Amino acid sequence: MLQLKEIRKSMGGQEVLRGVNLKLGEAEKVVVIGRSGCGKSVMLRVIMGLLQPDSGEVFFEGKKLTGLSEEAWNPYRRKIGMLFQGAALFDSLSVFQNLAFPLREQGEKSEKVLREKVAEALKIVSLSGTEEKMPAELSGGMKKRAALARAIISRPDIMLYDEPTTGLDPIVADSINRLILHLGKMFGMASIVVTHDMVSARMVGDRISYLHEGKIYFEGTPEQVDRCEDPLVRDFVRGHAEGIGITG
Amino acid sequence: MGSGVNVLGKVGSIFTDSCHTAGGVFLLLGDTLRSMFRYRIRWDQLWEQMFFIGIRSQVVVLTTGAFTGAVFAAQVWFQFKRFGMESAIGPTVSIAMCRELGPVLCCLLLAGRVGAAMAAELSSMKITEQVDALRALGVYPTEYLIVPRFLALVISAPILTGLALVTGIGCGYFVAVKIFGVDGAYYWDNTIKFTDSKDVVIALIKSFIFAVIIAAIACHKGMNCPPGTAGVGKTTTEAVVNASLSLLIVNFFLTVLLNALLYSN
Repeated sequence: MLQLKEIRKSMGGQEVLRGVNLKLGEAEKVVVIGRSGCGKSVMLRVIMGLLQPDSGEVFFEGKKLTGLSEEAWNPYRRKIGMLFQGAALFDSLSVFQNLAFPLREQGEKSEKVLREKVAEALKIVSLSGTEEKMPAELSGGMKKRAALARAIISRPDIMLYDEPTTGLDPIVADSINRLILHLGKMFGMASIVVTHDMVSARMVGDRISYLHEGKIYFEGTPEQVDRCEDPLVRDFVRGHAEGIGITG
Repeated sequence: MGSGVNVLGKVGSIFTDSCHTAGGVFLLLGDTLRSMFRYRIRWDQLWEQMFFIGIRSQVVVLTTGAFTGAVFAAQVWFQFKRFGMESAIGPTVSIAMCRELGPVLCCLLLAGRVGAAMAAELSSMKITEQVDALRALGVYPTEYLIVPRFLALVISAPILTGLALVTGIGCGYFVAVKIFGVDGAYYWDNTIKFTDSKDVVIALIKSFIFAVIIAAIACHKGMNCPPGTAGVGKTTTEAVVNASLSLLIVNFFLTVLLNALLYSN
């Protein structure tokens, strides 16, 4: 369904991605883990066409997306939803207007249909009744859920999650993880979840990929990752800093 | 030798940075003009921006116009009365307001008020990923964010300048005639006699071009904000300073050019 081939990307003179290869099948949930700054978010932005790779190719449903113009990207972007790390709700628009935005952009004009679809999407993320609230009135977890509702309202085939549980308390983080699983089951959406939260990774991933020094260093099921004896993977999974020379 | 090389290096760096920024501003301007014709105009966004720029700027622009006209009339009266030329105050105020004071002061205020707001809003959207979210939802940011702001400013600035001219000339009349006792009939007669419609055209052309400069620089700065909240402050300051300086420099060349074009005979 989605394939990355030898993606390379430099930013600020530093090569962040050094030949990333990744495949995502129908309704599959892949979690990409890795230390902060290793290029996980850059990878998602390359998939979404928000950044052009220096070399390498992105294929979606067999069609090569790399090198397409901004306008040519748009039909594909509507098939790929993205939940941004900071939610990225439009702060001058209410929750209703935020959720109705992608539908209006796709030509939906009926206010009745918009109200129905927004109410349905908010119900899925357990935010019914918040239509008239402004993003500033929502808590961090509510913002993430509202942003998720906006991303799924036009039923994308693939969802990209950029650190969906970062900055949330464990209960809210768990609710987001359950939501990711629920959306996968409900709509058959494939997803790529970028995170360094191992609880989240084990819970939502069919497959976990460890990104290290700009490449996929290890790939396996959550069980295989837990059993992996490679020191780099093991230290990350267990949250040990000894591997990078920091001891208490 | 070493310090000389350092100075040269810094000058060179400032020059290349300026060229880079100017190039970015021109590219954004080109993209904005292209987007205006390629995509539908978002009228709701345009009205919202027109309200913010056109209506909400009126108090500051009218106050500036009024007091500039009043102060200028008073200064001119203090000088001209020594030569018995009080009746020349009207055209002097009127021509100065039209050709320079009206468009320059009005647009400097717009650079401060509107330019700063544009740069701050766009840079906040940029650092909170809202610009990326727009792209992710299949919307071209130039079309959605820049075009309405650009159009609203280039439409509003000449109208606001016109209003500033009317209040400035009106307040100049009030100060000269009602406070300093200049003959009102002479004042108007001379004002109308020596103020040409070309003077008003100069005011409108200047304010239009200044608005293009302000919008292009503020939007370029906003859309290229460095990450972090400190970047928003830096971007906003740079937008106002760069727009104001560019406006004052361009004003000189416009003055020479428009006088050469309109008053060549």
